[in-house]
Amino acid sequence: MRKRVLAAWAVLLFLFLVGMVFNINLGSVHIPIREIFQMVGNGIRLRVAAILGGDVYAKQLAFAVGGSMQAKIVFSIRLPRMMLAAVLGGALAVSGFLLQTFFRNPIAGPFVLGISSGAKLVVSIALVFLPQCMKRFGSAAMILSAFAGSLLIVFVVLFFSQKVRSMSMLLVIGIMMGYICSAITDFCIAFAKENEIVNLTSWSMGSFSGANWDHVAVAAWICLPGLFAAWLLSKPIGAYALGEGYASSLGVNIKLFRACLIILSSLLSACVTAFAGPISFVGIAVPHITRTMLKTARPSVLIPITYLCGAVFCIYCDLIARTAFSPTELAIGTVTAAFGAPVVIVMMVRRRAQGKNSE
Amino acid sequence: MKGSVMCYFQTERLTVGYRGNIVIRDIDIKIEKGKILTLIGPNGAGKSTVLRTIAGQLNKIGGVVLLDRRDIQSLGAKRLARELAVVLTERVHPELITCWEVVAMGRYPYTGIRGTLMEADKRSVERALERVGARELADQEFTSLSDGQRQRIMLARALCQEPQILVLDEPTAYLDIFYKLEVLEILQRMAREEGLTVVMSLHEIDLASKISDSLICVKGDTIEAYGSPEEIMESGVIEKLYGLREGSYHRLYGSVELARPEGEIQVFVVAGGGCGTKYYRMLQKQGIPFATGILFDNDIDLPSAVALSEYVVTAPAFESMTEEQYECAARQIKKVRAVIDAGTPVGSRNQLNGRLLKLAEEMGLPVYRGMRNDKLVGIFMHGKEAENRK
Repeated sequence: MRKRVLAAWAVLLFLFLVGMVFNINLGSVHIPIREIFQMVGNGIRLRVAAILGGDVYAKQLAFAVGGSMQAKIVFSIRLPRMMLAAVLGGALAVSGFLLQTFFRNPIAGPFVLGISSGAKLVVSIALVFLPQCMKRFGSAAMILSAFAGSLLIVFVVLFFSQKVRSMSMLLVIGIMMGYICSAITDFCIAFAKENEIVNLTSWSMGSFSGANWDHVAVAAWICLPGLFAAWLLSKPIGAYALGEGYASSLGVNIKLFRACLIILSSLLSACVTAFAGPISFVGIAVPHITRTMLKTARPSVLIPITYLCGAVFCIYCDLIARTAFSPTELAIGTVTAAFGAPVVIVMMVRRRAQGKNSE
Repeated sequence: MKGSVMCYFQTERLTVGYRGNIVIRDIDIKIEKGKILTLIGPNGAGKSTVLRTIAGQLNKIGGVVLLDRRDIQSLGAKRLARELAVVLTERVHPELITCWEVVAMGRYPYTGIRGTLMEADKRSVERALERVGARELADQEFTSLSDGQRQRIMLARALCQEPQILVLDEPTAYLDIFYKLEVLEILQRMAREEGLTVVMSLHEIDLASKISDSLICVKGDTIEAYGSPEEIMESGVIEKLYGLREGSYHRLYGSVELARPEGEIQVFVVAGGGCGTKYYRMLQKQGIPFATGILFDNDIDLPSAVALSEYVVTAPAFESMTEEQYECAARQIKKVRAVIDAGTPVGSRNQLNGRLLKLAEEMGLPVYRGMRNDKLVGIFMHGKEAENRK
């Protein structure tokens, strides 16, 4: 198993680097690979120097980053976008992993549970009923309302989890919540003026475009501690796989643990939805891919690799979304679904077949 | 430490239930270290509720559960997990987990925040696997096992927790008789050799009485009876507990018989020494009411005869049979349409059984020997036709 894990790390890191190069390299303006290495290397060196050495280097850094047209494209558009895709993609995958643990169901994921729909609902309400407010605060307001919407759904699901014992019933409730939210959203849109909901339409398509370094920093501040917290939970997650009864007999505080799981996973997915809009299938497909790849259920190993795998998955999907039909950009959800859904189907069928053979 | 024996596990006026609804009230149990206590009772009587409360998984409604004189509520989850382990009926399907990993989960209360296993932990896993004879299963995936193997692994997982007391909810459910015995033998060995205290529920009354040091019968909202298996078995509580008809359950062997065919006697079975039981059961299957005799009152055929026949002619054991008993049996033979000779050897003490067979032949009744099930249908048809002719 150890070899498998090391191999997985190596392959994913390699793919990540290659993806990084492609992401910067490709697009309406072609940037040669050698220059990419030079610029990024320079950027990192100056950045470090600026932190250590102060002002002198900071000016040089500003020049290196914003001096030429190409540097602007690399440092202000493509690199932050790619980094955002990586940070959020990983968060989405880990969020899916946690929800699948919580519901003991492989199709649980932030999109399925209606977390994204909840976010969309609140965003649309805000855009339709508080247009002035939204205009003034711009993307920050979008992000905040998406966050509020996601958490709203999570609390509803949490509320029902006290009443309903069966996890599959709870999953159904989550799915139904998603439909209810979509219905209300459609209702709002029906009465909205065209120009009010332009933002909503583009946001709800889901996209990493328009990312800047501030976005990356905020997302990283939420997602990376989230990842670490999820990793700290890996011991009880492992015990929880044996069922609630056994887990609690081993000393796991089930109520607290479940609350941690759902809050953490919704925090991660809310963050993603807020920055990039609803993105489907990453949360379901990526944990499946990592489990199948590693052939283990050990959470302490799975969680970091799931994050990395989600990051890789998303940067390639974003690359395709951006370049496949350029200059028209596809919604990121279109690409993730197109690649994610078949992967899920194939793996489920294969695993069922294997399970039957061994029994 | 008062008295000569240490009482390790104890409940005082324990009342259990769900969400304030009382299932069973006032449970008072006391057992010493290394003893086996078994809960028996019909389905849905609340055995699992009691066990889950004892294991600290369900909040009690009243009373206390004491482990080595300490209230389990005050122990804290981690301390409790080091002293008490469970095997539940909850069926788990953890994917992509090997048996070794499942058993190693038992080390949970001993490992640090990352759950890293030390050498000692690994040795404990190996030992637990060895105790249940599942070493060769270590690298297999848990979901690929049979029910019997799974139960052994779950037992190993519990043992790996190195508990002082083990709580098992129907550990023999889903298992065939071979695995049932195997699981119980492991428990008995652990109790005897390592002083493990065992509290469990069982469906098999006969096995429960064989393995347990004390039995608790659960029915309604109270404890129906609590005592040694001998006391419980002799008291007739079992029949009451499960609502069994009198005689259909044998207290010593724990064997049960199906419902007796009722009505006018059609067949007389001359039996004894264990030859008759299979014929009684054949007749029961066809629904033919019958009488049987003459059986000594310690005969191995007697329990099934009492359970299944309409009329049994008995004789005191170790004495020769008397004319009186013969007459009694002869009166029955005069009522029937056929006689079955079960093949009981006739000796000096039971020679009257031989005379009964002769009587039947003289009366022109068909006497069947070495019968098979299908032939019985013939007798019955014969009987019915005769009835129709009347």
